Amino acid sequence: MSASIEEILTQALQALADATNLSELDQARVHYLGKKGLFTQQMKELGRLDPEQRKSVRQIINTAKDRFQTELEERKSGLEAAELAARLAAECVDVTLPGRGQAIAGLHPVTITMRRIAKIFSDAGFDIAEGPEIEDDYHNFGALNIPEHHPARAMHDTFYFDAHTVLRTHTSPVQIRVMESSEPPLKVIAPGRVYRCDSDMTHSPMFHQVEGFLVDTDVSFGDLKGVIFEFLRAFFEKDVDVRFRPSYFPFTEPSAEFDVSCVMCDGKGCRVCKQTGWLEVGGCGMIHPEVFKSVGIDHERYSGFAFGTGVERLAMMRYGINDLRMFFENDLKFLQQFK
Amino acid sequence: MQVSEAWLRELINPPVDTEQLVAQLTMAGLEVDAVTPVAAEFSGVVVGQVLSTEQHPNADKLKICKVDVGQDEALQIVCGASNVRPGLKIPAALIGAVLPGDFQIKQSKLRGELSFGMLCSESELGLAASSSGLMELPDDAPVGSDIRDYLMLNDKVIELGLTPNRADCLSVEGVAREAAVLNKMSFQNLAVEPVAVAHQETLQIQVQALDACPVYLGRLIKGIAQNAATPLWMQERLRRSGVRSLSPVVDVTNYVLLELGQPLHAFDAAKLAAPIVVRTSRKGENLALLNDQIVELDGEALVIADQQQALALAGVMGGSESAVSDTTRDIFLECAFFTPRNIAGKARDFGLHTDSSHRFERGVDFTLQQRAIERATQLIVEIAGGSVGPVNAVVSEQHLPPRPAVKLRKQRIEKVLGISLSSQEIVSLFEGLGMQVAESAEGWEITPPGFRFDIAIEEDLLEEIGRIVGYDNLPTRPLMMRTELGKADEAILPLTRLQDCLIDRGYQEAITYSFVDEAMQQAVAPNDEFVRIQNPISAELAVMRTTLWCGLLHAALYNTNRQQTRVRLFESGLRFVREKGEIKQEKMLAGLALGSVYVEQWGEKARNVDFFDVKADVEAFLDLAAGDLSFRPGQHPALHPGQTAEIVDANANVVGLLGMLHPNLEKQLGFDSPVFLFELAQEAVLQRSVPKFAPLSKFPSVRRDMALLLSREVSAEQIVDCIRSCQEPIVREVSIFDIYQGKGIEEGYKSVALSLVLQDFEQTLTDLEIDAIFRRMLEKLTVQLNAKLRE
Repeated sequence: MSASIEEILTQALQALADATNLSELDQARVHYLGKKGLFTQQMKELGRLDPEQRKSVRQIINTAKDRFQTELEERKSGLEAAELAARLAAECVDVTLPGRGQAIAGLHPVTITMRRIAKIFSDAGFDIAEGPEIEDDYHNFGALNIPEHHPARAMHDTFYFDAHTVLRTHTSPVQIRVMESSEPPLKVIAPGRVYRCDSDMTHSPMFHQVEGFLVDTDVSFGDLKGVIFEFLRAFFEKDVDVRFRPSYFPFTEPSAEFDVSCVMCDGKGCRVCKQTGWLEVGGCGMIHPEVFKSVGIDHERYSGFAFGTGVERLAMMRYGINDLRMFFENDLKFLQQFK
Repeated sequence: MQVSEAWLRELINPPVDTEQLVAQLTMAGLEVDAVTPVAAEFSGVVVGQVLSTEQHPNADKLKICKVDVGQDEALQIVCGASNVRPGLKIPAALIGAVLPGDFQIKQSKLRGELSFGMLCSESELGLAASSSGLMELPDDAPVGSDIRDYLMLNDKVIELGLTPNRADCLSVEGVAREAAVLNKMSFQNLAVEPVAVAHQETLQIQVQALDACPVYLGRLIKGIAQNAATPLWMQERLRRSGVRSLSPVVDVTNYVLLELGQPLHAFDAAKLAAPIVVRTSRKGENLALLNDQIVELDGEALVIADQQQALALAGVMGGSESAVSDTTRDIFLECAFFTPRNIAGKARDFGLHTDSSHRFERGVDFTLQQRAIERATQLIVEIAGGSVGPVNAVVSEQHLPPRPAVKLRKQRIEKVLGISLSSQEIVSLFEGLGMQVAESAEGWEITPPGFRFDIAIEEDLLEEIGRIVGYDNLPTRPLMMRTELGKADEAILPLTRLQDCLIDRGYQEAITYSFVDEAMQQAVAPNDEFVRIQNPISAELAVMRTTLWCGLLHAALYNTNRQQTRVRLFESGLRFVREKGEIKQEKMLAGLALGSVYVEQWGEKARNVDFFDVKADVEAFLDLAAGDLSFRPGQHPALHPGQTAEIVDANANVVGLLGMLHPNLEKQLGFDSPVFLFELAQEAVLQRSVPKFAPLSKFPSVRRDMALLLSREVSAEQIVDCIRSCQEPIVREVSIFDIYQGKGIEEGYKSVALSLVLQDFEQTLTDLEIDAIFRRMLEKLTVQLNAKLRE
């Protein structure tokens, strides 16, 4: 009897050794330990033995089963490890191959620039306003103290639809529209498209401006200078110098143009700034009493400033773009440089 | 305005160099656009006189000249110029001279003959771009003097970009006055002594339009020399101011215009039929102008006329018939003040812009005419002689521009500019600018001079203070303000979110012109009534877009013409449609996709973008908006009739379109693969509602699939709507996951596989309950859509 168990055990251990994968191993387990397995049968046959023998034979069978069980577990973890290793080897990929799916695109540099400007001002509590692009001449000119035949109208190269309807030549009409419909204090910026009948290397018939204005009871030229300073430093993320030159706009008095120290050469003088060290950025001034009168704001009680700047120009300075015309060609090779 | 620095310094010579002077002017609001030397760098060139010329023995075209250069002995110089002749005075470059371009003059041998220098042309001295022959100097040029000194070439031209309010600086005198104030120097206007009158003849003057011409001065100068020449110094000053020298009389009028800012005009007195009349033109009257243009007058423009005809467009340009010429002996010199209001826009109406109209429409000093006519007379007599008659003046004081005193409050200076100035500083500042200052209780009363048309209100005076003190010297205040908390409107989606959604889905933002080619506009949206620009920049940019597709298609073509095979673009902006006579300006969001759905990639079969790819992109941002929008089949002339969807809101208003570009248009425009387009009104897609929480069920959900056999005509939406209309509350989700037609399905039919997710709030669902719901739904599907369950 015990000799036979020993034989079974030898065969069983051989079967474990011969198993090359987990399913063969499981077959071996069933063959020896299953309901009809060889060890199980041996146990069933114990009943036929006399009680004395039964005890010792059971012990022999259990010892053999335990041995088999131990070997089985060992073999199983060995095979599992091998299978995992094989799977890992087979599933190895070239991680440097590009990923699949939709590639991300980007915003137009004008939009990126307008968003940055909007953020700088809205963080400081400015509201963002918009207005129509086809404007009446009252909002584009008359209310801004530019009467008919004023030389400033000639400066504007206006596109006309009829005698009184134009494509807005600046974002300043938004100033009028906001002041007509709201009460001071006002802190507003108005970004948008504007149009001038002029097209060459440095002029586009359509471009973008951001208009800003602030109206309150005690606004001075110093506040205007402060806002422009802080804005330009925030925009260029640099301690740029800013200078204010007297200029003329019918809708502001005093009026100024503001220049930033050349961001290409830090004001030392280069080709971009024509050796002057300065780049013109925009116009500004204290809102003209005539403008306040046209929108019904008391100009003795309130004062305010307004400024306007060209978005393309700021974008060109910020990103080093050297050709204005590229903005509206929409060449993907150009656009894709901005994310 | 171009100003010779040397001329300016003759009037006022502040102790600053050119660079400082230019910086002062710029920072005071007279922006300097450029500073250009009047001549190139050169040295060692003197005035020489050719004493004799002799043919070169070995060269036909060369001459051997003896030239007096003011040294003990005349020099031998070989010269090839055709105009070289004995007696001629010319610039002579001596041995050791350096000409422009670092060209060194050395002793040399030309075809065997020694040459001790070089005779020069204007271009060789860098005075002109090209020239033929030697530069001929006047007979009185002092032999031996340095040519740079003689021609005053150590000078620079300062180019000012003046703003329209500063007409007072459209003269050398005006700029000098500014330079004086900026350097705290005193300045006196150029003093002009009246010229002695030699005869008493005058032409009668009738000013009919006194409001347009409150000052008109005229005088006869008789017997001017016909062979007179403009002196070199005047020619040079005109040249440096950008004015061509023409004839002595015209040159003098131009010179005085530059010097004092007063336009003058000289008529040939022999061509006039006095009296001279200043009147409004008659409609239809013709006038031949000096530039050979014949204008038909409009009945509004002001003219100078005689008894027969209009002679000149007042303040703009003279006529050709009465113009001075080589044969003119007697001239009638006119010096007037025309009010800006009457000249503004007139020149432009006739397509003209002259130095005269430029000044009159901005404002000429109305106190200047007497001084200017005397100055011009003086110069004409100096150059061309002539016998001077008295000035005949018509002046209407009441029509002169008023110059009321303007109040300046001390407190206002502090409030607006943030500075405080002493009374003495204020007085000297404004007096320096030619204004009269009187003290008052609150500050001062300041009266502007005749040459300042831009001082009417207190703010104008504040600007004067600001710019003379210097804007950079005014205090700067850091931004301080009452802060209100920001808004965070949740029911309106910001456009930026949609833009970001599209770029994340591979659409590049484009910005295209709002005006487009009419042909493109007609092709893409033939049914829209567009708006036309009266004065477009070109025919390609002549009408306003009624759809953003015009620009996107144009941009896509620009890229496909440059080897791009995959284009995905979007744009946001206004469209402009005429509706019931009104121009509607509507904010839109539009996109375009063509070519491969993904950038070419390994491991996936390349596939072109189709309707449903683009629809997914549209649905993605519609999902963000969560408005109640749906798709339905539609028609649009630019789109494929079988692949057009209208996007409609809850009230069935069409708010957008999605579809494939019509194959005809695809071909016509020059695309070689299908193009998909979408466009939606921003207002509709940016509406959303604030999310509202709905409780979750604790019981498990069950997914059941259902395959239906339906006519091909039945749309997916009809199926889903039919199921929804059963109002089975526990059916939570319905989706179509497969459509099949072909083998095994009868012609004209399709198999639609649906998945339904069911879940109850009260209990775990049993098969029995689910089967009952399915039966009810199937019954409705059968009745309404003639659907059969596919086993």
